[in-house]
Amino acid sequence: MARHIVAPVGEIPAGGRKLVSVAGRAIVVFNVAGEFFALNNRCPHRGGSLAHGKLTGLLESPQPGKYRYSRPGEIIRCPWHSWEFDIRTGRSWCDPQRLRARQYKVSVEPGASLVEGPYKAETFPVTVENDYVVVEA
Amino acid sequence: MNIELKQPLRTAKSKLSIVDCDIHPRASLEDLRPYLSNHWWHYIQTYGLRQRHGHVKGYPFPKPTPLASRRDSWPPGGGPPASDLDFTREQHLDFYGIEHGIMNPLAPSGQGDQNAELSAALAFAINEWQVADWVRREPRFKASVVVPYEDAVASVAEIRRRAGNRDFAHVLLLSRTSEALGRRRYWPIFEAAVEAGLPVGVHVFGYSGWAMTGTGWPSFYLEEGIENATTTQQLIASMIMEGVFERYPDLKVVLIETGFAWLPALGWRLDKHWQRMRDEVPHVKRPPSEYLREHFWVSTQPMEETDKAEQLIDVMEWIGFDRLLFASDYPHWDFDDPFLSLPPSLSDARRRAIYADNARALYRLA
Repeated sequence: MARHIVAPVGEIPAGGRKLVSVAGRAIVVFNVAGEFFALNNRCPHRGGSLAHGKLTGLLESPQPGKYRYSRPGEIIRCPWHSWEFDIRTGRSWCDPQRLRARQYKVSVEPGASLVEGPYKAETFPVTVENDYVVVEA
Repeated sequence: MNIELKQPLRTAKSKLSIVDCDIHPRASLEDLRPYLSNHWWHYIQTYGLRQRHGHVKGYPFPKPTPLASRRDSWPPGGGPPASDLDFTREQHLDFYGIEHGIMNPLAPSGQGDQNAELSAALAFAINEWQVADWVRREPRFKASVVVPYEDAVASVAEIRRRAGNRDFAHVLLLSRTSEALGRRRYWPIFEAAVEAGLPVGVHVFGYSGWAMTGTGWPSFYLEEGIENATTTQQLIASMIMEGVFERYPDLKVVLIETGFAWLPALGWRLDKHWQRMRDEVPHVKRPPSEYLREHFWVSTQPMEETDKAEQLIDVMEWIGFDRLLFASDYPHWDFDDPFLSLPPSLSDARRRAIYADNARALYRLA
């Protein structure tokens, strides 16, 4: 398990996402209103790329004819078969116990603490003035 | 695109030969213009296309994604999914190492249009377009003989026009015809297909003018998807009970995108009724399930997802491992990934049969 610097914080704005390759794995990093989450990009259902999915919210219905839409921007819908995943947990809405996208730890670290290592950076320079998104994988 | 990230998987599976039996290239009307007469071009500009379905502009049942397509299949250079040959080749054929892809173009293809002559003109145009704009540029693609199936005479003319041209893999119908498919009005199409040595592919959907269920129109697209199985059951029963296969013993039918887990139950039910009431259909000489297993092939997509893989394998065994054809349905939203959709416990021999050998034999692919 190593920690990887995947982006300057400003590169992934709120509501944005970035697909990164970390230790040979495709990982998608989301910014949900300032909080960062990282999921394995491969949909656990049939392999679609979650980074290409539609960002949406949670649609629920207590009974026919009534519906509730909540948590906008916290659900990613796979671009292939439309399976929905909670970005906060990686769990699918329809089968949360069995079908979940693997989650990785993410943190935001100041550049000053990163320039010394032992982090692995992507191919961009790390400067002390910036904050960076760090994925543990 | 994250294509480079999937590369290791592709390399690992590169020994797998794949024939994809359901790819949907998309023509625009402008693409078809060179193959339409001025009369039909101006007709379309003035009067438009009219499906056998009233009061509808666009899809009668809105799809879950734009143009019912994978969200990652829109070509970067513009245009709708599978309209750009280069991107289709890159994202699909090259990425998965597909050896041949059978093209089944849907709208605009004229099938089921209210105007019979326009239907025939568009079918001709889309067949020309498939060969000139796709097969000539990428010979891994095989075309379908799209026919205006409500008009048997025009359909026969179109099949004969393409007979002997190996760019075409099969004759293409949609499943919702305006009469049961075994009825005599459609027999000339079967006869011409047999004469030309081509299987008849039946792809789900189409609008016949009739409600799609015995109790009218369902409320949701989800229900429309389920209904594709019942339409297909009915057309199989009709073809067998009308004696189509006694009349055309060499006829081969490919069911495309119909699902398949219901096939054994249909076979059992048909046999049970036939055993009790075969005097009603004396021309049906053998148990119906025998015709079913001899004359029908079925594409895999949308692959049924059973709780236990063995259940799916049991079903496949009943159908016959020589009758299943891998299909992806590219670029549609319910696409099956060639690397991931078959049950992993299948033996290599069965895998090879489903992925390529059955299709090579059926379509006589080199």
